[in-house]
Amino acid sequence: MDSKEMTMREALNLALDQALEKDERVFLLGEDIADPGASGPTAGLSTKYGHDRVMDTPISEAAIVGAAIGAAIDGLLPVAEIMIMDFIGIAADQIINNAAKLRFMTAGRTTAPITVRTQVYGGLATGATHSQTLEAWFMHIPGMKVIVPSTPRDGKGLLTSAIFDEDPCLFVETIRLQGQKGPVPTDPDFAIPLGQADVKRPGTDVTLICYGRSVHDALAAAATLQDEHAVSAEVVDLRTLVPLDVDTMVSSVRRTRRAVVVHDAVRFAGPGAEIVATLQAELFGELEAPVERVGARFVPTPAAAALEAQVYPSPARVVQAAQRTLQSAKAGIHG
Amino acid sequence: MTRSAEVQRRIYALMVLMKAADDRLSKGIGTGEFICVYWPSRGQEAIAAAMGISLRRDDQLVTTYRGLHDLIGKGVPLEEIYGEMMGRTLGASRGKGGTMHIANPEAGVMLSTGIVGAGPPVGVGLAMAAKRKGLDRVTVVSFGVGATTTGSFHEAANMAALWDLPVVFVCQNNLYAEMTPTRDTMKLEHVADRAAGYGMPGVRVDGNDPLAVATALDEALNKARHGDGPTFVECVTFRFRGHYFGDRMRYIPKDQLDSALAADPVPRFRAHLLDTGVATDEELTRVEAVAAQQVETALQTVMSADAPSIDELDRDVYATPIRFPV
Ligand SMILES: Cc1ncc(C[n+]2csc(CCOP(=O)(O)OP(=O)(O)O)c2C)c(N)n1
Ligand SMILES: [Mg+2]
Repeated sequence: MDSKEMTMREALNLALDQALEKDERVFLLGEDIADPGASGPTAGLSTKYGHDRVMDTPISEAAIVGAAIGAAIDGLLPVAEIMIMDFIGIAADQIINNAAKLRFMTAGRTTAPITVRTQVYGGLATGATHSQTLEAWFMHIPGMKVIVPSTPRDGKGLLTSAIFDEDPCLFVETIRLQGQKGPVPTDPDFAIPLGQADVKRPGTDVTLICYGRSVHDALAAAATLQDEHAVSAEVVDLRTLVPLDVDTMVSSVRRTRRAVVVHDAVRFAGPGAEIVATLQAELFGELEAPVERVGARFVPTPAAAALEAQVYPSPARVVQAAQRTLQSAKAGIHG
Repeated sequence: MTRSAEVQRRIYALMVLMKAADDRLSKGIGTGEFICVYWPSRGQEAIAAAMGISLRRDDQLVTTYRGLHDLIGKGVPLEEIYGEMMGRTLGASRGKGGTMHIANPEAGVMLSTGIVGAGPPVGVGLAMAAKRKGLDRVTVVSFGVGATTTGSFHEAANMAALWDLPVVFVCQNNLYAEMTPTRDTMKLEHVADRAAGYGMPGVRVDGNDPLAVATALDEALNKARHGDGPTFVECVTFRFRGHYFGDRMRYIPKDQLDSALAADPVPRFRAHLLDTGVATDEELTRVEAVAAQQVETALQTVMSADAPSIDELDRDVYATPIRFPV
């Protein structure tokens, strides 16, 4: 398959471009998504497809998602954008009480297969209302799918799947990844099925389970563990939180018998809690150490850069957590 | 209404201070002297200066991320504003809140929001509190046209009118919401016309003329103070540096920017003061020098202050700290 080096932003743009090209039912709506104001993944698309299909909206998050739902009920495939994830609270009612539940409440007579793209800030000193990583909220809502890509290739493949998926999808982008480059297959049919984790680095001693930006922390940690501690870490990128690829996760940890879950969301009641519970239930007795979690500190994100840097996971924190799993009492007994 | 020479000079001093504070940030970030995120208010000084002279100290203000000018007008010390923007201990929130989230209740600044449209409902609540307590204080909520397209604004405006609350909605209409011209986001030509839909007066004034803004504000404040309910005041202006600092403003037509710059409220009010003999060139030059000096002193104080220490992280999350695993 032909592939091209591009940034995450370009890969997402490619997915949107190809979807608009391929299917008349697809249209985009959101704030500042049309040219000349657009600077993110939608840049250039209104020029190519017109403002009817790439629609700038007023600042009206509830109506952006609500309108997407209406159009989707009637058979269209809208891709709504919530500029920054912190603003999703305003649209949450539409996501939670309409999009996620329609299929069930109407016994399949109506459905809302929308895609809501949003973006996590953080690391930009923008403070507590422009830095939150909130995917756990939506994992908690039966009916929603939740997708968090880590690489340009995954971004393109997963967004393509999300747009054409029959269920409502929340697609979470990360501003700090938008400029990162990688190879992306250019075939319009290239898609990555939802619910398939990806082993980003094979290893034997400990499994680092992660998604989104934290995959890069885990990969950096795995390199350090190998180079400085002769520890072989396997990196499992979940890619989608709902559906959760329990098989890939469990079979990796079954081999390594140690795991660290890493995410940028706050650790307390974060996605890691569900993942750890699943691992303990599946692998009780086989684990050499309690599963570790590395997540953001349970505080509103501080604005001052020196404080903000303390809040998020880092490769160093992942290394320390991995080492704890290797040094636990049980690991000691088994040698 | 004619304003005394003294009041007009106070207005000018405020405008010049707001401009100097914005210019200095722009210069400092532009030259790499320091870094901070901010949403410039350059160009909108007339509105904030009018609020500065029309509001009483006990009147309350709810503003936004684009609040530098509003905060100065309401009397928040410059060190607290700069300190917060640059993440230092002497910031209004010791650097924890950041540029978008500055509060100083002593000066009546009760809330600054980064979420567009989040301010008006809180302004309604502040006004409810004043009414329940029998105070004649007024709450001013300041926001842009973009904010009036949120459901939150509509809900708040309806409540304020319904309950005759002492609120003044000050809409600083700078013609854009981020990169989108606000005329593309509403059917109405004038945002002030929204007011009729809630049953409150809506007035539209030249937001680059501080005297016109002050006149409209005084009337609205007076009405609110006497139990006659809210007013929506649209002040038409422009933001000279775009949405955020560093915005290249490619979405703004050049002739629009040029004519906005030509209507810069600061030199315009200066010329008015000279023409009407309210002040001499020498006096105004001195006011400008004082403002620049005040800004420089504040900046140097802030730059030599500490960054917040790590123990600030777990402080103020709850009234009494709860231990969570780190
Ligand atoms: C709920 C919400 N949606 C989107 C944004 C992103 N955003 C920040 S400022 C802004 C434009 C606001 O325009 P306006 O209300 O006119 O105020 P101005 O910035 O012009 O002062 C947008 C869309 C936000 N902060 N909050
Ligand atoms: Mg505006």
